[in-house]
Amino acid sequence: MASDELFTSGHRGCAGCGMAAAVRMVLQEAGPNTIVANATGCLEVMTTAYPETAWKIPWIHAAFENAAAVASGIDVALKKLGKREGINILAFGGDGGTYDIGFQALSGMLERGHNITYVVFDNEAYMNTGIQRCSSTPFAASTTTSPAGKFSIGKKEKKKPIASIVAAHDIAYTATATIANYRDLKKKVRKALDAEGPSFIQIFSPCPTGWRYPSELTVELSRMAVETGIFVLWELEGSDMNKIKVTYWPKERKPVEEYLKMQRRFAHLFKPEKKTDILNKIQEEVDEKWKHLEELNEMAR
Amino acid sequence: MDKVNIGAVITTPGSALNYKTGSWRTLKPVLDEAKCKFCNICWQLCPDSAIEQADAKAKKPIKIDYDYCKGCGICVQECPFNALEMVEEEK
Ligand SMILES: Cc1ncc(C[n+]2csc(CCOP(=O)(O)OP(=O)(O)O)c2C)c(N)n1
Ligand code: SF4
Ligand code: SF4
Ligand SMILES: [Mg+2]
Repeated sequence: MASDELFTSGHRGCAGCGMAAAVRMVLQEAGPNTIVANATGCLEVMTTAYPETAWKIPWIHAAFENAAAVASGIDVALKKLGKREGINILAFGGDGGTYDIGFQALSGMLERGHNITYVVFDNEAYMNTGIQRCSSTPFAASTTTSPAGKFSIGKKEKKKPIASIVAAHDIAYTATATIANYRDLKKKVRKALDAEGPSFIQIFSPCPTGWRYPSELTVELSRMAVETGIFVLWELEGSDMNKIKVTYWPKERKPVEEYLKMQRRFAHLFKPEKKTDILNKIQEEVDEKWKHLEELNEMAR
Repeated sequence: MDKVNIGAVITTPGSALNYKTGSWRTLKPVLDEAKCKFCNICWQLCPDSAIEQADAKAKKPIKIDYDYCKGCGICVQECPFNALEMVEEEK
């Protein structure tokens, strides 16, 4: 392992963990003058099996719900000590710790205007406690608390648009990213760190254990989420969603089916018989979203 | 473990390196050095920092650190030049 790596080997993440690859990329861009406040979840558990740690920067474990509040405290404390200059403060949370239970701490952090970059590693369920559904879980995904079966198609509700909701707080910078588009990811981390005020990045983080796919496909799934248009790469300064900048336009969007059928959390949509109505519904929603994005793009010209 | 620090503070950064995750592997990526084009894509994508960077100038290919590689196969899947192959781990 290279000695300048700030996120070390030896962590206990599953083989092929998308979040682990993403964390490495974020820290490579942030560099050593960085403090991280981390909500409970897979990331905390896999990196700090006492008395060991995979972090080479100051890192503090927050509870499940308060990474943003802890990061806010670090910001204020360092200012009081006159030591705030030149230090990046990051808050890391899973989707559960961000979309659901940590949402009010996050909203407070954004509203108070702390100069903090909040990163959500979105693996679309509560993985650390056994794949429970979250407001981030996409429509029709099977989880242990939204199991697909005779009378259920998996999760009934759609995924909450966290990045748009965050941007509505009128913060300095909001972006979405994937590890497949790692140059774009690092550029966005840099922009977020350089922004004056709160910034937020949603990183799509495939999880072989929870999504039930072979571990080598973690990056390919990130790519397919983008190429099918299910996951949009965008960024925005401020809160005007009419001004969002799509940072990657798929040349020709692939059918969503191709992404869904790679994962066993969607297997019930393909067997015993193909659930065409559900698949069409997912495709139509994606088409609708892109129609809107294309219109905005036209207007901006 | 003898004594727990107050607040369970860990004062040795990066000490997870003491734990060798290489023993988790059932399949193992193997590099054909002649095929490596030093692009470092595999290095960038590895979730376990288990790949040493290639150096194009020195014509030095990547090197896999089997102490930590968990055998996920991402590098094999993503190498644009098919320089890596997954083989059964021998015991
Ligand atoms: C108040 C509280 N409720 C429940 C838990 C148990 N718990 C720990 S991690 C976790 C799920 C984490 O999910 P997420 O934030 O998505 O992170 P992931 O593990 O998926 O990366 C839960 C429910 C807790 N630690 N604290
Ligand atoms: S369960 Fe998923 S997110 Fe958690 S360590 Fe394993 S692969 Fe990573
Ligand atoms: S991805 Fe392939 S070609 Fe590129 S550095 Fe790795 S082994 Fe070499
Ligand atoms: Mg999660």
